[in-house]
Amino acid sequence: MSQTKISELRLDQVSREFGGVRALDGLDLTITGGEFVALLGPSGCGKSTALNCLAGLLPLTGGTITLDDRRIDTLQPEQRGFGMVFQNYALFPHMSVRSNIGFGLRMAKVPKGDARRRVEEALTLVQLTEHADKFPAQLSGGQQQRVAIARAIVLEPPLVLMDEPLSNLDAKLRLEMRTEIKRIHQTLGLTTIYVTHDQEEALSLADRLVLLRKGRVQQIGSPEHVYTEPANRFVAGFMGYRNELELPVGSVNEKTVVLDGLGAGGLTGVRRDDLGERAVAAIRPEDFTVGAGPNATEVTVEVVEYQGREQAIQARTDDGVDLHLRAGTRLAPGDRVTVSVPPERVLVFAAESPAAPEEVA
Amino acid sequence: MASSAVASPRIALRHRLAERGVDRTLLLLLPAVVFVVALFIYPFVYGLQLSFQPQPGSEAVNRYGSGPFADYRNFFADPYLRDTIWTTLKIGLPAALFNVLASVPIAYRMRGRFRGKRTITTILVVPITLGTVLTAEGLLAFMGPTGWFNRILMDVGIVDHPVRLTHNYWGVVFSLVITGFPFAFLLTLSYLTGIDPTLERAASTLGANWFQRFRHITLPLLAPGLAITFCLSFVLAFSVFPSAIMVGEPARQTRVISIAAFHAAFEQYDYSMASAIAMIMGAVELIVIGLVLGWRARLYRGATGGKG
Ligand SMILES: Nc1ncnc2c1ncn2[C@@H]1O[C@H](COP(=O)(O)OP(=O)(O)OP(=O)(O)O)[C@@H](O)[C@H]1O
Ligand SMILES: [Mg+2]
Repeated sequence: MSQTKISELRLDQVSREFGGVRALDGLDLTITGGEFVALLGPSGCGKSTALNCLAGLLPLTGGTITLDDRRIDTLQPEQRGFGMVFQNYALFPHMSVRSNIGFGLRMAKVPKGDARRRVEEALTLVQLTEHADKFPAQLSGGQQQRVAIARAIVLEPPLVLMDEPLSNLDAKLRLEMRTEIKRIHQTLGLTTIYVTHDQEEALSLADRLVLLRKGRVQQIGSPEHVYTEPANRFVAGFMGYRNELELPVGSVNEKTVVLDGLGAGGLTGVRRDDLGERAVAAIRPEDFTVGAGPNATEVTVEVVEYQGREQAIQARTDDGVDLHLRAGTRLAPGDRVTVSVPPERVLVFAAESPAAPEEVA
Repeated sequence: MASSAVASPRIALRHRLAERGVDRTLLLLLPAVVFVVALFIYPFVYGLQLSFQPQPGSEAVNRYGSGPFADYRNFFADPYLRDTIWTTLKIGLPAALFNVLASVPIAYRMRGRFRGKRTITTILVVPITLGTVLTAEGLLAFMGPTGWFNRILMDVGIVDHPVRLTHNYWGVVFSLVITGFPFAFLLTLSYLTGIDPTLERAASTLGANWFQRFRHITLPLLAPGLAITFCLSFVLAFSVFPSAIMVGEPARQTRVISIAAFHAAFEQYDYSMASAIAMIMGAVELIVIGLVLGWRARLYRGATGGKG
């Protein structure tokens, strides 16, 4: 139950099996004090499992967790003293907001006056002072989430774990609470692990992203690094490279590669893997431009979605390849246009299963 | 034009009624209402008015005249009758209390999902289906002076003479526990499984050990359910009749109130006295339930988890 800031949390080959199925497979991760790390991945990839293993709510089936040279993976959750924010809030329905937030202090036998002061501080931090005497059922979803956050951080735990804390909120509230979480993290500087399947949320909040897929780490890196240099086609797809075009490989150079198809001159892109016969080109919709340029190809507009300043367009090449792109100019279904994309924005990965996970600290 | 002018207030009326929950689906309640009236309200009202018409020539009329309260006065004046209330409470309250209290830790252990849960639940339900008579017979065979239980105790050398566990107070209490416990357990288990398990997980991340989690989270959320479970267990135990006769000492220690009513009705053929006893029995039950529910009303009562 140390309330001091940690300097390092190390996860070594942390694994968890459920009846032979590996929900979490050898997670290696070192977190330094004060860091905000996001665990990102699609549904069922083992994010909650990882978090529950850290909190002590699920025993590991392999690996170790070390906090400042102290092994903690065999401790009970109440001995680890990590704050946790649950997806469904898990507020105690029979206690007022104040008692909910003060529960941890009460368990830790913090003197009454001290506890009261800290609860008031936490209430101020999450801007709930005027709702302090209400019960959870009398609060809105966003307010309940604030209580859950306040309850988890009032003990100033060495590690705060958040399991998709915003996924039950509507879009507007989600943005507000995101800013709130960022502000709280900047104020208190608590080491935080944040689970989400929303890449935008992860990018905007975290100092470092951990991408998971089927229980295995795909890439670890800064938001910028993961965003611009995804390690494999899975990460690329998850980070907004919506166009994943599987094409035969034409000519391979050291850095670049030309794929056959898509326009007369083929599709030139950046080589990211060792390639076989076929490869996958990953391109973001916003990297396409309407008009002539490198990698030009002619397409027929099929679906147009209005999105304010831009339009999201689904178009089809003459070879029957579907492309997702964005256009500032107005287009209508049936229009024939030329689109192009700079070669440095085309990432070419091996078509086979994702390559060995890349690790960049 | 004319028809719509006529129709609209009609529609409005239907809407207003629907808003208060009055619509045609209410008719579906009719069979239930008929059933309740025929099987509960009618006998109750009949018994109530009968209890105010003492039977001429009965003991009550001889002593207290033929006024409407003669039977009631007779009941409370005669210690042999009056004391059946205490006798019954002395058996029913501890039995119900034990059933509820014992079911809490067992249900708490069994609230999760595990292999064999259904088997255990089934085994526990069997005594309910057996009924009191079979249970009483089994109890006699097992706990009687020559039953296995006493034979084992004597063989092991713990006692020299058979311990008297039947045909007295304890026999009835045992039988009420055997038939009442599974019932209390199943109710408690269903209340417990209704409590969101993430609440306890949240409490554990906040530093609460298992006892603190039980004490501060589970128990407060369970208490309203326990109050209901206690009331139902108590009502079951209070109307104890077969086991009070078969494994009790119906003349003295376990002369419960239902025996007094039976005695009045079918041995003295004084139906109005029997009705009066039945009414008193109901009143005592209502008082106990009222006390328990009054206490319960002061507790938290609402959703037991999840987001509100
Ligand atoms: N108690 C359990 N028993 C068996 N399998 C489980 C259990 N809990 C999780 N799993 C499995 O482990 C895998 C990872 O589950 P986990 O809950 O960690 O996913 P997640 O990444 O949190 O997904 P989501 O975004 O939907 O919450 C899933 O395939 C799931 O089916
Ligand atoms: Mg999850």
